[in-house]
Amino acid sequence: MSAKKRSPWLTLVSILVYFFLYAPIIVLIVFSFNASRTNVVFEGVVNQGPCGPFYWYCELFRNRSVMDATRNTLIIAFTSTVVSTIIGTMAALALQRYDFFGKKVSETALYFPIVTPEIVMGIGILVFFSAVFGWINTALALAPNQRLTMGLGTVIVSHIAFSIPFVTLVVRARLHGFDDRLEEAAMDLGANEFTTFRKVTLPLIAPGVLAGAMLAFTLSLDDFIITFFTTGPGATTLPIYVYGLLRRIVTPELNALSTIWVLVVLIVVAISQWFQRRE
Amino acid sequence: MAEYAVELRNVWKRFPGPGGEVVTAVKNVSLQIYDGEFFALLGPSGCGKTTSLRMIAGFELPSEGEIFIHGRPMGKTPPYQRPVNTVFQSYALFPHMTIGENVAFGLQMKGVDKKEIARRVAEALEMVRLSGYEKRKPKQLSGGQQQRVALARALVNRPEVLLLDEPLGALDLKLRKEMQLELKRLQREVGITFIFVTHDQEEALTMSDRIAVMEGGVALQVGTANDIYEHPNCRFVADFIGETNFLDGTVAEVDTDKARIDLPGGVSLWAHTPQRVAVGQAVTVTVRPEKMHIRPNATDVNQVTGYVTDIVYIGTDTHYGVVLSGGQTIRVREQNYSAESRLLAREGEAVCVRFSIEAARVLTE
Repeated sequence: MSAKKRSPWLTLVSILVYFFLYAPIIVLIVFSFNASRTNVVFEGVVNQGPCGPFYWYCELFRNRSVMDATRNTLIIAFTSTVVSTIIGTMAALALQRYDFFGKKVSETALYFPIVTPEIVMGIGILVFFSAVFGWINTALALAPNQRLTMGLGTVIVSHIAFSIPFVTLVVRARLHGFDDRLEEAAMDLGANEFTTFRKVTLPLIAPGVLAGAMLAFTLSLDDFIITFFTTGPGATTLPIYVYGLLRRIVTPELNALSTIWVLVVLIVVAISQWFQRRE
Repeated sequence: MAEYAVELRNVWKRFPGPGGEVVTAVKNVSLQIYDGEFFALLGPSGCGKTTSLRMIAGFELPSEGEIFIHGRPMGKTPPYQRPVNTVFQSYALFPHMTIGENVAFGLQMKGVDKKEIARRVAEALEMVRLSGYEKRKPKQLSGGQQQRVALARALVNRPEVLLLDEPLGALDLKLRKEMQLELKRLQREVGITFIFVTHDQEEALTMSDRIAVMEGGVALQVGTANDIYEHPNCRFVADFIGETNFLDGTVAEVDTDKARIDLPGGVSLWAHTPQRVAVGQAVTVTVRPEKMHIRPNATDVNQVTGYVTDIVYIGTDTHYGVVLSGGQTIRVREQNYSAESRLLAREGEAVCVRFSIEAARVLTE
């Protein structure tokens, strides 16, 4: 079969699109090896200290603030991913399986946050926590060092909240066309509800659950707006930290950080692709 | 007393419909199914046959009434605690497991030891002639093979009753005929009670010891293939099983087990009356086409005259369409005994159609 003749414009546009998508990332990676302290001009590959060209990477790992922010980001991402994946999957199963009063409303309400501007969610969550914490603190007359404040906990809770709809959406897509007879067959063969879920339902929807978890993880990893509104002292995440740096001087350290970030995401995506292909 | 393998006692099932109304899928059904019997639930789609089967399996619970399996009331017993196994229309093989794992599933759930599982799985696959397929995945098998895996997966557990929900529906005609015989053979081999749901009357007649004909959630008639074909108790059963002629008329004269029925157009005939009828009552007479004859036969009491409207030769038989003087059209089927069978009439020719009193049956509902 002969290939259909393509317009050369299509090729050009495609190249341009990929160029604009990837050029900044490539520049970013190249500049992480820059000899200059500024990100303005490339002054040759840095070769300083025991790490040589990886000078900025070593600097990065020596930086306490960066390490703290990384730890916070990962704690938040892992916790919120696990919790939101469980709740989101359960919600998807319930919406798929049961007819109940107010199903339409609850379904729409679940997906609404996806289209709500994040800034609105952020302000909303901030106001909510301030009000509730203020009320509890006053009601229990807590001492200043016992008071409930914004911090890691509030960030985790808000990340769980905004991830759930995404997980549910992805898992429901996988559940669409799921043959209920398979679950009935398992029960018919002597498996109780839990065993049926473990042996039949979960293995079959696993790719969807995994995709939902990946989405939740990446959403949490790079969330800025909602985190900004809900974070507190000692709960700085990487995006918040980087934003703070931007107001000062941007050194190639930041590029090194971003490069590692890109690599981590690549690995995560590769793993999830591998899982899905194995299916 | 556990004289029946399965008994349904006044079972009702109501579902909430899409518009909030109540849909009654099964209406006061009572059935007794004997141990070791091949029993068919036969009816058109939406007649409640599948719902009845699902209630026996435990996937649905009756709204009213009780289901007994070997005398034990099932109540709210979940499917995984019932001594029955199901073969689904879509087979419902677990796609992420191999054939061996699929068949082993039920035994694993029962906690049978590994060696015994391996032995029984091999035995079950041999029974359905699929030895050596253990390592394959369901989607690598043809429809007929998947069907047999589904059977092995259910039978390996040695259930007290095997439930089959239109298991041959997805197969093509030739394979379906083969599987009908295969199922019959398996049932004789294992001696387990089979309850079989189908909308195909020929399939039900071929395979079952007894048949329950269902319509609109009601079990209209229960009996052997012969009972149901020869002695239908209502118009629906007579019409659903095989081909038949219906003649509407009024009772003119009543004898012990027969009556003279007057048809419009001045025709009158004698028919067998299984139920009591009264003079003047409006009734329907059913006569099977193969029990009507154009060929002269002295023993046939009933004689009606009409004109041949069409003739269809189908090899074994020739079908004649005959319009009677009252305007009713009947179909007559004459068997072609010899190779030189000649046509008994031509289109447009006036003929006399004869049939016995026993061939004509009065239906009151």
